[in-house]
Amino acid sequence: MRLFSLSRFWAILVKEFIQMRRDRLTFGMMMGVPLLQLLLFGYAINTDPKNLPAVAVVAENSVFARSLLRAMEHTGYIRFIGAPVDAATADRLIRRGDVQFAVHIPPDFAEDLVRGRQPALLVEADATDPVATGNAVAALQGLDVTALVHDLKGPLADLQSDRAPFEVRLHKRYNAEGITQYNIVPGLMGVVLTMTMVMMTSLAVTRERERGTMENLLAMPVLPMEVMLGKILPYILVGYVQVAIIIVAARYLFTVPLMGSLLLLSLAAIILIAANLAVGFTFSTMSTNQLQAMQMSVFFFLPSLLLSGFMFPFRGMPVWAQVIGEALPLTHFLRIVRGILLKGNSWPEIWPDLWPIMLFLLLAAVLAMIRYRRTLD
Amino acid sequence: MSEAVIDVQGLTKSFGNKRVVDDVALRVGKGQIYGFLGPNGSGKTTTLRMLCGLLTPDAGTGSCLGFDILNQAAEIKRRTGYMTQRFSLYEDLTIRENLAFVARVYGLGRLRQRVDTALERLGLAARQRQLAGQLSGGWKQRLALAACILHEPELLLLDEPTAGVDPKARRDFWDQIHALAGAGLTVLVSTHYMDEAERCHEILYIAYGRLIAKGTIRQVLAAHDLATWSVEGPNLHLLSRELQQLPGIDTVAAFGTILHVCGRDAAALDASIAPYRHRPELHWERSSPSLEDIFIQLMAELDGNGQGSNGLGSNGLGSNGLGGNGLDINGLGGRK
Ligand SMILES: Nc1ncnc2c1ncn2[C@@H]1O[C@H](COP(=O)(O)OP(=O)(O)OP(=O)(O)O)[C@@H](O)[C@H]1O
Ligand SMILES: [Mg+2]
Repeated sequence: MRLFSLSRFWAILVKEFIQMRRDRLTFGMMMGVPLLQLLLFGYAINTDPKNLPAVAVVAENSVFARSLLRAMEHTGYIRFIGAPVDAATADRLIRRGDVQFAVHIPPDFAEDLVRGRQPALLVEADATDPVATGNAVAALQGLDVTALVHDLKGPLADLQSDRAPFEVRLHKRYNAEGITQYNIVPGLMGVVLTMTMVMMTSLAVTRERERGTMENLLAMPVLPMEVMLGKILPYILVGYVQVAIIIVAARYLFTVPLMGSLLLLSLAAIILIAANLAVGFTFSTMSTNQLQAMQMSVFFFLPSLLLSGFMFPFRGMPVWAQVIGEALPLTHFLRIVRGILLKGNSWPEIWPDLWPIMLFLLLAAVLAMIRYRRTLD
Repeated sequence: MSEAVIDVQGLTKSFGNKRVVDDVALRVGKGQIYGFLGPNGSGKTTTLRMLCGLLTPDAGTGSCLGFDILNQAAEIKRRTGYMTQRFSLYEDLTIRENLAFVARVYGLGRLRQRVDTALERLGLAARQRQLAGQLSGGWKQRLALAACILHEPELLLLDEPTAGVDPKARRDFWDQIHALAGAGLTVLVSTHYMDEAERCHEILYIAYGRLIAKGTIRQVLAAHDLATWSVEGPNLHLLSRELQQLPGIDTVAAFGTILHVCGRDAAALDASIAPYRHRPELHWERSSPSLEDIFIQLMAELDGNGQGSNGLGSNGLGSNGLGGNGLDINGLGGRK
């Protein structure tokens, strides 16, 4: 009995293969997850985002200003969306995260330039994600006299000296020192909530079914809504504990600035938690065993992690990946949490990202309710 | 019959293209105990599940406790106690916590007191803090029963409640069932034990999804007039094999040192055994058929008609003894 028996080993091996083949969903997931990873890592991820949205605030519309703005676009890193705006609008756009850069052309720019006073061009950058803005910032700072080579002719030709006739002054807002943790730690809150909430609830109903306790539960007069809420609420509390831990760690371990309202953040967090729980519950109703439920959670979590802008710059991804990203609650929550904590955003700035999560929650909850069967068949 | 608690007609259910319950009609009177019998896989569990709204019938209409089985499942569930064949309380909750959970779901008042009473009656008060998963099989059954009568239902649907339960506990259980029925509770209980069938007011026998016999024991015995001989002697297994080949002998079953020989056609049976009756070592005696003889006979007839398709022969019926070789088929409920 002690010796390794090939036939006993074979018996186990055969059994495992049979079971693996029988659980189609798990088998499919085992093939699907690597494929998904391949697609996401291979095609969607780009740590050198180009064409970042920007606006110009032009106090003086001169030929030089226009050339400079064009030269900036020529770097390939920024793209001006729409016509120039006033300073207040630019500020709002940056806060909301609608643009990554605002380029200010100061008054008297042309005159100062012509007189060799080396006027300063102000570039405001939303630097919450240092990775996303890093290369663009470097490219803008590298702008030199060549940008104006066509305009500095004739009597102005002598301005084409070694010294640039203008200065690019950079204002990295929200994260002046480019500390990665400022971006990652608040984002982690969303990631942790997504991972644990989906996973825990996806097991909730499946466990009942797998253990056979579903039959007893269904034989009793409980409504799907009661089951769903009753099963989900404990996890909401767990989610809040997680949020609290991360906020404390952000504050005291990583000294992340907490600019905005924590109350508002908790509101956003509860909506994210609820959305994730609804997803988990839906998975729970679709899987027949706990392994399947886990696999489905992974299938949801992976795109959330990679396409939400948590690990890689959102704006670096191709359009299809951005579309998927926009559909995921984590994407919006990341914008909200970073906005609140780093930018001090309040209700008007977060609303555009809050309602998509609420919509997602509604759809997922409806799906979960439809999928929850009151009978065994 | 008094007022009908369950009154359904044409109950039908298929899984895939297999018809598991086929056109079953049931009328169950108030305060009565109905035994639900039939071989493994005959559709007992499926029928019980349809009655309490766990499965949607493909066809069929009727009422349970005066509520429509198709669209008033919630009302039925509130007034019915259903004990599943497989243990389906929470193994990771203690005995007490399980009972408290059930009590809360039904919104019962005086929770603590009610649970205490149930624990007392169950004889589990001392072990109330033990996890349900750690209980032995028979104790789990008792706990499940206690849980399903906690909310004082008007109808009990019990799916093999005594599988794996020892004789003493079984007797206690049946005494309790009779007491409850005396107080007006209606019970439909599936079982494989013939002695339990005999303790029911009426029995229902289902095979291949069809209800093929019902009534009191006496009615069923009378309806299936079966000529029966019992024979005692040495080497019965050899005799049994010989007898089974003979015309007019439908079934031969061994009960310890006695062989039951049955046939529908009394004359043919007598003719076939005539040569054996003169053997000195054998002691023949005319006897009356037991319920089990009848059921095995019924099964044999159905098999003969080409109905036997699921490979489950007549051996699904437990023997006459006191739970000695009762089949504990927990977990074979045919769930996904
Ligand atoms: N969920 C299901 N899916 C497919 N077939 C099923 C399902 N549930 C039951 N069946 C089939 O329906 C038939 C009747 O099963 P059921 O559990 O009602 O039998 P039963 O009379 O309770 O048997 P037992 O005495 O073994 O408990 C069986 O052939 C079984 O295989
Ligand atoms: Mg059964």
